[in-house]
Amino acid sequence: MTAVEEVPLSAAGNPIGFGSMRRVEDARFVRGQGNYVDDVNLPGMLHSAILRSPHAHARIVSIDASAAEALPGVVAVITGKILEGIPRPSLLGDNFAWMPTLSYDTQAVLATDKVRFQGQEVAYVIAESRYIAKDALELIDVDYEVLEPVMDAKMALDAGAPIIRDDKGQTDNSITDVHGNKTWESGNAESTAAAIAAAKADPNCVVVTQEIMYPRVHPAPMETCGSVSYLDKVTGQLTMYTTTQAPHAHRTVYAMVAGLPEQKIRIISPDIGGGFGNKVPVYPGYVLSVIGTIVTGKPVKWIEDRNENLTSTGFARDYHMTASIAATKEGKILAVDVDVLADHGAFNGVAQPTNYPAGFFNIFSGSYDYPDAHCKVTPVYTNKAPGGVAYACSFRITEAAYVIERVVDCLAQELQMDPAELRLKNLLRPEQFPYTSPTGWEYDSGQYEKTMRVAMEMAGYDELRREQAEKRTRGEYMGIGISFFTEGVGAGPRRDMDILGLGMADGIELRVHPTGKAQLRLSVQSQGQGHETTFAQIVAHELGIPPEDIEVLHGDTDNTPFGLGTYGSRSTPVSGAAASVVARKVRDRARIVAAAALECAPDDLDWELGRWYVKGDRERGKTIAEIALLSHSSLELPEGVEGHLDATAVYNPPSLTYPYGCYICVVDVDPGTGQVKVRRFIAVDDCGTRINPMIVEGQVHGGLADGVGMALMELIAFDTDGNNLGGSFMDYLLPTAVECPDWELGETVTPSPHHPIGAKGVGESATVGSPAAVVNAVIDALSPFGVRHADMPLTPANVWRAIQGNAIRVDMAIE
Amino acid sequence: MEVTITINGTPVTSDVEPRTLLVHFVRENAGLRGTHWGCDTSNCGTCVLWVDGSPVKSCTMLAAQADGHEVTTVEGLEQGGVLDPIQQGFIECHGLQCGFCTPGMMMTGRWLLDNNPNPSEVEIRDCISGQICRCTGYKNIVASIQWAAEHPLTSEVTA
Repeated sequence: MTAVEEVPLSAAGNPIGFGSMRRVEDARFVRGQGNYVDDVNLPGMLHSAILRSPHAHARIVSIDASAAEALPGVVAVITGKILEGIPRPSLLGDNFAWMPTLSYDTQAVLATDKVRFQGQEVAYVIAESRYIAKDALELIDVDYEVLEPVMDAKMALDAGAPIIRDDKGQTDNSITDVHGNKTWESGNAESTAAAIAAAKADPNCVVVTQEIMYPRVHPAPMETCGSVSYLDKVTGQLTMYTTTQAPHAHRTVYAMVAGLPEQKIRIISPDIGGGFGNKVPVYPGYVLSVIGTIVTGKPVKWIEDRNENLTSTGFARDYHMTASIAATKEGKILAVDVDVLADHGAFNGVAQPTNYPAGFFNIFSGSYDYPDAHCKVTPVYTNKAPGGVAYACSFRITEAAYVIERVVDCLAQELQMDPAELRLKNLLRPEQFPYTSPTGWEYDSGQYEKTMRVAMEMAGYDELRREQAEKRTRGEYMGIGISFFTEGVGAGPRRDMDILGLGMADGIELRVHPTGKAQLRLSVQSQGQGHETTFAQIVAHELGIPPEDIEVLHGDTDNTPFGLGTYGSRSTPVSGAAASVVARKVRDRARIVAAAALECAPDDLDWELGRWYVKGDRERGKTIAEIALLSHSSLELPEGVEGHLDATAVYNPPSLTYPYGCYICVVDVDPGTGQVKVRRFIAVDDCGTRINPMIVEGQVHGGLADGVGMALMELIAFDTDGNNLGGSFMDYLLPTAVECPDWELGETVTPSPHHPIGAKGVGESATVGSPAAVVNAVIDALSPFGVRHADMPLTPANVWRAIQGNAIRVDMAIE
Repeated sequence: MEVTITINGTPVTSDVEPRTLLVHFVRENAGLRGTHWGCDTSNCGTCVLWVDGSPVKSCTMLAAQADGHEVTTVEGLEQGGVLDPIQQGFIECHGLQCGFCTPGMMMTGRWLLDNNPNPSEVEIRDCISGQICRCTGYKNIVASIQWAAEHPLTSEVTA
């Protein structure tokens, strides 16, 4: 724990600053009074549904919607052909049938020429009820000419492979980014290749190469995506209630897509039922609800069903990685090279900073001290749903952390060295920070060995190894897996990071009312992270007023300043910093007002929590509440000083923050059934300053469940015909309370040196760090069978087959 | 067809299609939107409410099947302005984040405590295993139900 005990409590018992406190938002949620998008009902509102392609790759010969249009209660049926006929006054193409993605690709709103993945949007029905809209879908007759699909990324670039993006005049299935690159490289190719070649030739060194697949998974928030759109044709005002993690960015995108004036667009993102990156992109369904209100003049609601969510909106991962690690036989890592085939689906719709087409994957060198690292990522189109950057991935650091932590364990097995000992030999040392990684990231701070020792102590690591050895003699297979991860979060510095040209800085506004109560207006968007509580605590920390006196507003673009939204663990590193900065501006202004009232110079005043007082005379002072009223009074202020305390700020982070952690997982594997039981999971996170430790721990708990899910059960697989085999919760398995152990959490606190309050962001740490710990534990359990690697998910069938020496390949379509 | 369901003690009568799901009746006809819908396949449990005192996934049941029966939803937990201990427990123990699965989890948790006032951790985990939460990793949901078990008639409630 940090020194939260020293924080004074408000009359309501809340910390005036940092420390665990109950969440403000819970009062409405426990009463069933949350307001999610599907809870929004506007007068005269119509409902809608989307007809989706049953084929992964097919030419649309014809669409006959006449029977659907004739169904009583149907208001309109819209097809791609109709959208092609609606001119769009914007720079992004001349009609509504296509829209831009966040990666400067194009994506069909409704298919016109071909369908390119199973579940793609083909037609849109607007009706008086959701039931009627769904009925009408079944009356639309689409004649498809089925084409051979590309379901295996490894065959996408083969000569003669079917061309998916013929709409762009492509002659193969390669993806070209906005800079004209078809592959994305990072690090030093020559020095890394030379180091690996030298190690191969050196009898005192080893090189281990392993194919490692991070399969396609889905964030699957409990609330699916949806929107309610209303264009008031008299005022020209478009109001859109929508499930978005980035309301302001979406407003700008809709202005571009729809050609509507941005000042007339209001995005309201009310309560969001989980996001995890699923609600960052702009999906055709959102755009269709806008088109629906334009066409009908009435509010139109669109809500995905679960199958639509799992098969059409932002998937995650699908990275086919081959990693080579070179080391001395004593276990000193020398170099790592990773080659990646990246399956982006049918449209390049990844949501990430423009200059990082593979996200932050190139942070894969991890938490270790070695000079040479290189990666090459080759993205391809396949006949699968678009997406790729989602599911709490910190812009693909999930893949990066997984590949390094898996291959380090492969190395440990090769060297017959304890994986903890191997890691301890190579961890970055405190005096190396700030540390520049071989691929150019500047890690801000860390005490890696200390954190790892805390985790090992909590786990009772040596005792676990003794227990394991003893059990093996009895034919019982217990495994211990370690993962040590480093993330870079808080995107990001505007000089380098933007999405669609929008720099990733966040605005904020703090209003201090005359009675000293405040309103903080955020650009970021909670999907359950507890911003209404945490951000009030940041202001309370800076101004010394109780958190319950600070109302936090978010999720309405008309009432909050511009910013890029919540994903990539960026709320605390960017907007949290903004909250601190804007509160300090208020505090500085308050000093001037207090000085005028106390008839002294501002420099003659000292600050203590909640008040300015005269140096050497603690009795003479003014509280923030008193100063707030004075700032509205007739008090004469110095020349050039405006009244009131209200302030705004825009925070452009100087760098990312680098949270890290050490996780240890203990599993028991039944070799007869292949069943894996996660017995214990120890997670020691260092995310710098903890604003609300209760909320931080909650964030970690959720991510750990993600790790258990991905490692053991979650998978979006396809068959060779292009059928999505993970399209419902009967097929896409998520962990429940019985698969999750009682998480054991620990912490170290190494503040970020460049963040105003030293916080680092923690929303995705556990999702990033935990899958490798679970997989490493299972492989450790199976090592007596000679197993060095098996791909996720380690289902009972897959574990059993791995024991038989025939692990399932999850990188291929299923025959 | 006309359906009358007593929801949280108040009869609600509506003329609905025979295929209308109970979850849609509660949300749209009765206007009680604390009960959520999440999956189509009765796997996620975000739609759990009580029919005649027992938890039911309300996307699995037709409104017509509930005709003449008693339904209790999350809106029925708070009595006389005082939160039910299960609601208080979720607040005290950070048993929720996005809040979407929470009503269903609380309805199941309240039912468990009504039938087993001192459940073990294993019994609690087993009881909520038909419901999915994507935010909390379940640890604090278990703790919330335990808190409610330990504070069956608390009057020291705050929200």
